[in-house]
Amino acid sequence: MQSKSIETLSTDLHAPLSKHEAYVESDRCYFCHDAPCITACPTGIDIPLFIRQINTDNPHGSAKTIFDENIFGGMCARVCPTETLCEQACVRTTAEDRPVKIGELQRYATDALMKTGMHPYTAASSSGKRVAVIGAGPAGLSCAHRLALNGHAVTVFDALPKPGGLNEYGIAAYKTVDNFAQREVEYILSIGGIDVMYGQSLGKDLSLSSLKQDYDAVFLGVGLGAVNESGLDGADAKGIEDAVEFIARLRQSPESSIQVGRNVIVIGGGMTAIDAAVQSKVLGAENVTVVYRRSQENMNASDFEQALAQTNGVLLKTQMQPKQLHVENGAISALEFDYTHSEGGALSTTGETTTMQCDHLLMAIGQTLAQQVSEFGLTLKSNRIDVDENQRTSDSKIWAGGDCASNGEDLTVAAVQAGKLAAESIHKALAGSNATSR
Amino acid sequence: MLQADNPERENIVMSDLTSNFLGIHSPNPFWLASAPPTDKEVNVVRAFEAGWGGVVWKTLGEDPHIVNVNGPRYGAVYSSDRKLIGLNNIELITDRPLQTNLDEIKRVKRDWPDRAVVVSLMVPCEESNWKNIVSKVEDTGADGIELNFGCPHGMSERGMGSAVGQVPEYIEMVTAWCKQYSKMPVIVKLTPNITDIRFPARAAQAGGADAVSLINTVSSIVSVNLDTMSPEPSIDGWGSHGGYCGPAVKPIAMNMVAEIARDTQTANLPISGIGGITTWRDAAEFMSLGAGNVQVCTAAMTYGFKIIDELTSGLSNWMQSAGYHRLDDFVGRATPNVKDWQNLNLNYIAKAKINQDACISCGRCHIVCEDTSHQAITSTVNGERRFEVIDEECVGCNLCVSVCPIEDCITMEQQTSGVDARTGKPINPDYENWTTHPNNPASAS
Repeated sequence: MQSKSIETLSTDLHAPLSKHEAYVESDRCYFCHDAPCITACPTGIDIPLFIRQINTDNPHGSAKTIFDENIFGGMCARVCPTETLCEQACVRTTAEDRPVKIGELQRYATDALMKTGMHPYTAASSSGKRVAVIGAGPAGLSCAHRLALNGHAVTVFDALPKPGGLNEYGIAAYKTVDNFAQREVEYILSIGGIDVMYGQSLGKDLSLSSLKQDYDAVFLGVGLGAVNESGLDGADAKGIEDAVEFIARLRQSPESSIQVGRNVIVIGGGMTAIDAAVQSKVLGAENVTVVYRRSQENMNASDFEQALAQTNGVLLKTQMQPKQLHVENGAISALEFDYTHSEGGALSTTGETTTMQCDHLLMAIGQTLAQQVSEFGLTLKSNRIDVDENQRTSDSKIWAGGDCASNGEDLTVAAVQAGKLAAESIHKALAGSNATSR
Repeated sequence: MLQADNPERENIVMSDLTSNFLGIHSPNPFWLASAPPTDKEVNVVRAFEAGWGGVVWKTLGEDPHIVNVNGPRYGAVYSSDRKLIGLNNIELITDRPLQTNLDEIKRVKRDWPDRAVVVSLMVPCEESNWKNIVSKVEDTGADGIELNFGCPHGMSERGMGSAVGQVPEYIEMVTAWCKQYSKMPVIVKLTPNITDIRFPARAAQAGGADAVSLINTVSSIVSVNLDTMSPEPSIDGWGSHGGYCGPAVKPIAMNMVAEIARDTQTANLPISGIGGITTWRDAAEFMSLGAGNVQVCTAAMTYGFKIIDELTSGLSNWMQSAGYHRLDDFVGRATPNVKDWQNLNLNYIAKAKINQDACISCGRCHIVCEDTSHQAITSTVNGERRFEVIDEECVGCNLCVSVCPIEDCITMEQQTSGVDARTGKPINPDYENWTTHPNNPASAS
């Protein structure tokens, strides 16, 4: 096992823009009419406006524009796959294949306001209504903030000891340096009117039926609490762990030293696979290989993420799927793969195999709804909680959003939007015909 | 040798940039304007070494020499990338003893006989003062003098500079004195801080001026510090209006050059063009409007003297490609095309046309037309985001072209036949203008 100081993980992926860089970059924005970037943003931030506010030396106004639609604008600026969202839609991409750096500008503006500590909103006077929010991740806190803004008393429950959800536990450290996830949560909570209870697990410490009795509405932003099973024999051998657990361990062990293998294999093709692979490489693994069963074009990880991995010396292999674990003395020693080919969406093995040395296997093959959540009696769809366009579940008193919901996209920004929409819907339901949203 | 490898090279005739302005010869038409870059021998020698065709020495005054503020003299207007768009200054004329300047001018002219050395002057409006100084300048061997009737700050408070340039009678009077007491060509430098530039130009001509040069700087406050509430540049918390120059003033200057060039009274009065000239193209435009040569200051103060290499090579290459062998071949070529509005052809019909292959769909053309003009550009066609000109509404105003970020994506196409979809009237090939238009109360017809 190799070991290296965790400090190397804390190098910011993108250095923040300086004031001058922000002026120059913001000047590239054309202030498009009915801008395609706004449509491409899941939260619908008025991007041309916030960029123009940067260019006119009004970074605080700019941040307010961002937060109006996305209270997690700071984290989204860091983790959004902008090249497949807003920046992909930027007309500069058409003009010169070089979009305005919307993500970096968003970080510039949000950093500027957050640095002052000033919260740009004040909660409306109390509505007398109480809402329980389960999960202090992007969906839950987005919902809680919007509810508090509209004067509702919110209690947030989270199973873990810290808030932030995947922002805190599931994202590579180099994307969110300087304890940003926690600072952002503090900033969001500073609106007031939101209590957070930690170590409260739904189904264990809390029951949904009593929450429904005690509160006027319930929002479920519980994420996906379980991981998919690999189905391989010997998956409990030493050296095998889930990539989400691995990332959480890196994020929560800043002082200690983390051990990685010499030959690391990451199974999967999404952002989590890339985050785990890059961090393994940075931590000193000699060979890190991401193995994905379909083609490279099918990988959920964006082109930028793939290039980032490759630049860091990670090898990407596709059209291969695990066949058999080789275990020696209770620890993984190698992994045998079937070669695959896809035809019309169907995946089959070719009959050929290959074996790669491996002393550290990270599984990033997706997460699934925790067992206890699927047993609440809510209607499910593709094993996620079925919701309508307002994030309302089959139970009229319960809303859900983020990765646990049927319209979840495994994206921070999509979770934020779901929480926001749910809050608006809850507000309407609680305030009745008097609802005026702020 | 390269030339042996390229036999065609010898056939290329380079365009001739040599300039003869009022009999003052210089290897190219680019002079440095009277300003900080021409205040001292060391600067002027550096300019000549770099290749500048001539200088107008920074304005001399009488002893005791004036003093400048001992703090910021300049303020700037920037683009987002801090590219300098406009510069403003509160510096006065030379703050060195007269004799020091005269000695240096004499030495420089002796050492650089092929370059133009013209001396800018500003003294009180008394005949004896002007008589006295022009004779001193004549002794240096300088090629000519330029009367500074332009500076809008500081000296104008003392009855000089633009205070003279704003009174045609003074211009004529002082010009006449200078012509009377000197054999040198006299150039009168005009201030733009006046309502009609033709009046001071005519006055200069009446006084016997050999040429006018323009524009001097525009009265300006370039910025206000919102923390201290002081205009900038700030001297101990206070500011004073300065003179604005640089690329921002070029359109103002070119109009004034054209006004003088096409005025029947001053049509033959030579003009030295000044005002924001930064590139060879700027120079070519000024000269096409009637300037015999050009003077440059802000561009040199922004980038240094080396820009002369771009100015000369750019002008030469353009002249060659356009078939102009000498400067005189294109000087004033655009002047006859500058008309009063009433002479423009009202039967000329143009419509905007958007090249859909070049369009990047920013939608700026649509929103400016929709919000501020004629509602003549779509934002969607059949439910798709698409920007097309609605000929029935398009008046051909060119706003869409002006705001489009893609060059040549939107073009103005002249309609030469058929019916104007907006008016429903057939295209009339004949020239007709406002003077005969039925809506004109003063129409002759």
